[in-house]
Amino acid sequence: MWKWLHPYAKTERAHQLAGTLFPWFALPGLILFTLGTVWGLVFAPADYQQGDAFRIIYIHVPSALLSMSVYASMAICGFIGLVWQIRTCYMAIAAIAPVGAVLTFIALWTGATWGKPMWGTWWVWDARLTSELILLFLYFGIMALYASFEDKLQAGKAVSVMAMVGVINLPIIHYSVEWWNTLHQGATISKFEKPSMAPEMLWPLLINLLGLALLSGALVLQRLRNEIVMRELRRPWVINMLKEQ
Amino acid sequence: MIRVLNAIVKREFKLAFSGSFDFALPLLFGVMVISLFPLGVSPGPEMLQKIGAGVIWVSAILASLLGLEKLFREDFRDGSLEQLRLSGQPFAVILLVKVVVHWLITVGPILILSPLFALFLNLTPLMFEALFLTLLLGTPMLSLVGAIAVALTLSLEKGGILLALLMLPLFIPLLIFATSAVNNAQLQLNYNGQLGIIAAMLMLAIALTPWSISFAVKVSQN
Repeated sequence: MWKWLHPYAKTERAHQLAGTLFPWFALPGLILFTLGTVWGLVFAPADYQQGDAFRIIYIHVPSALLSMSVYASMAICGFIGLVWQIRTCYMAIAAIAPVGAVLTFIALWTGATWGKPMWGTWWVWDARLTSELILLFLYFGIMALYASFEDKLQAGKAVSVMAMVGVINLPIIHYSVEWWNTLHQGATISKFEKPSMAPEMLWPLLINLLGLALLSGALVLQRLRNEIVMRELRRPWVINMLKEQ
Repeated sequence: MIRVLNAIVKREFKLAFSGSFDFALPLLFGVMVISLFPLGVSPGPEMLQKIGAGVIWVSAILASLLGLEKLFREDFRDGSLEQLRLSGQPFAVILLVKVVVHWLITVGPILILSPLFALFLNLTPLMFEALFLTLLLGTPMLSLVGAIAVALTLSLEKGGILLALLMLPLFIPLLIFATSAVNNAQLQLNYNGQLGIIAAMLMLAIALTPWSISFAVKVSQN
């Protein structure tokens, strides 16, 4: 498997692979996300307690979940990059961080708009909200750190360390609703238990989750391709490729 | 090994107290920040008691942020950090010792003066006890975790603001637990739980950060 996997560490192969995978992520992602959103926002039944306001869950929960898993994937990239000295992983971190920051921002924003009708306030200093805000700052820190180095190889190593240090925040976000039991409601869907949600409400949520995950993947792939081209501008294969177009 | 570490400790102290006033600047900065709050918020004793612990903690965090900036900078510039790395002694342990000495010199005075701060902000003796314990356990963690970010930004000219952006998010959980311990003390409740969590974070930091700091310094030295 190692022999099969190893060529992809080279930027040229990674660029090709990202190009091949991109349509497979982008198209289903777009279709599923549209389907899930329309289903969730228009056709799913209204909640007996929260009324129509609950529909924001179809944007809020997928983006919040993904904001964390995107961070985890970034930290894994950092780990692989540092251990096996793979430059492509550093570029992947640079590609992932802004996508994650946007997801985190969407989660916070939709959360605030959900909080206004439900809790009567845009923002409370609740454990989960605060830790999600910290996550946003972590993303910003990583983007700023990467941008401020002239030498991008060094920048990649630095952000890898920073990304791995920030992983400590992920369990804090995830378990914050259980540990502190504050205003934010507990988990609605979980892998191991029966979801506390009616199936006709649950399906659009799951579809949206998958759709947004694929869309984020597509964005990351495209950003990775750009990053590789920008970093490797002097390489013959990039010059050839640009000439052909 | 012990002899080398001894020499490093002596060198750090000598450098800190040799004529320059730098070591006291974070402390003065912290005092300034604390004294701004009664003027800015309101000088009423109940109000100050309510916000006191948070104010002291925030100014301790800002002061240690200010102090940390200088942690490795001079040694990195004049090359002595490289010499230490090449000395054949375990680099992580050397850096740990440097961080601990730096903590003693810059944050130690804040701890010593903390009764005065508590008096300023009208904290009860019980609250002061909680505040002191959380500072004692929490600030070393600030220095250890902050040192990673400092080491990463060594080769950059404009460290300051970037450093704040990198470090402050990591300090927020500590701040939450520390101030909640003091709040419990204000209500005369038990705060062992919060102290335990802070102590656990400190243990984890002592175990893991020296290796991260030494790796980060190596990244900066390229």
